[in-house]
Amino acid sequence: MAGESFSVRELLTMMTFTFPMIVVKVNGHLVKKEDYERIFVGDGDNVEAIHLISGG
Amino acid sequence: MKSKLEKLRDTCIGIAGCGGLGSNCAMALARAGVGRLVIADFDVVSRENLDRQYYFLDQVGEKKVVALRENLRRVNPDIVIEAHDLRLGPDEVLRIFKDCQVIVEAFDRADMKLMIIETVTERMADRFIVAGSGLAGYGRNNDLRTRRLGNLFICGDETSEVSEELPPLAPRVAVVAALQANQVLEIVMDDLEPASGEDVWDE
Repeated sequence: MAGESFSVRELLTMMTFTFPMIVVKVNGHLVKKEDYERIFVGDGDNVEAIHLISGG
Repeated sequence: MKSKLEKLRDTCIGIAGCGGLGSNCAMALARAGVGRLVIADFDVVSRENLDRQYYFLDQVGEKKVVALRENLRRVNPDIVIEAHDLRLGPDEVLRIFKDCQVIVEAFDRADMKLMIIETVTERMADRFIVAGSGLAGYGRNNDLRTRRLGNLFICGDETSEVSEELPPLAPRVAVVAALQANQVLEIVMDDLEPASGEDVWDE
């Protein structure tokens, strides 16, 4: 995996995230759903993904 | 401590949604001494809400923002409440919460949670958003926690989705609402800076 880069969409699929509502931040910046295919991440990038769960 | 409590009196906090999370969080903040709350919800108090939301039998049928304002003023008559009876979208969020140092995300629908988190993260980056995610059921106290990602805090277990099989019950809902209110206090009283660019990871 070292040296490769993946689009955010590919990364989420690999991590088997299935909930439709997710907040994704790459290196501290929010990535919106419409940009999942055009933003790429690789070695050294910090990716945070949070499932948003209904209820409140 | 006195000057920290004065910061509470001088701050303005937004409450997006006045259901289980929002009504309980707003009451805790009012009791703690927050000076100004901006509350928003389109809904009406129903009898079923009473099992976890901060309303009373004689308020069934009232608009939630009207009923909540009444309740808040009964504990803190000096508090300033701006009540908005409307559905929130990005434009409304920017407009009604424009003076708020922190916005509490208290919706039930996950798509609304995403909408307001995106709006505040992108277009109100100098403010904080304290969201609730995963509060259904009972027990499992130690699963309830708070995480920080930059100017976003998430309170809950990030797993327990409300459903027929797993309804929201008063204690767990109140714990998450209190985690949110407690986080607001820390932001205001300790002068937290919204971390711009770099994430602060706190577990």
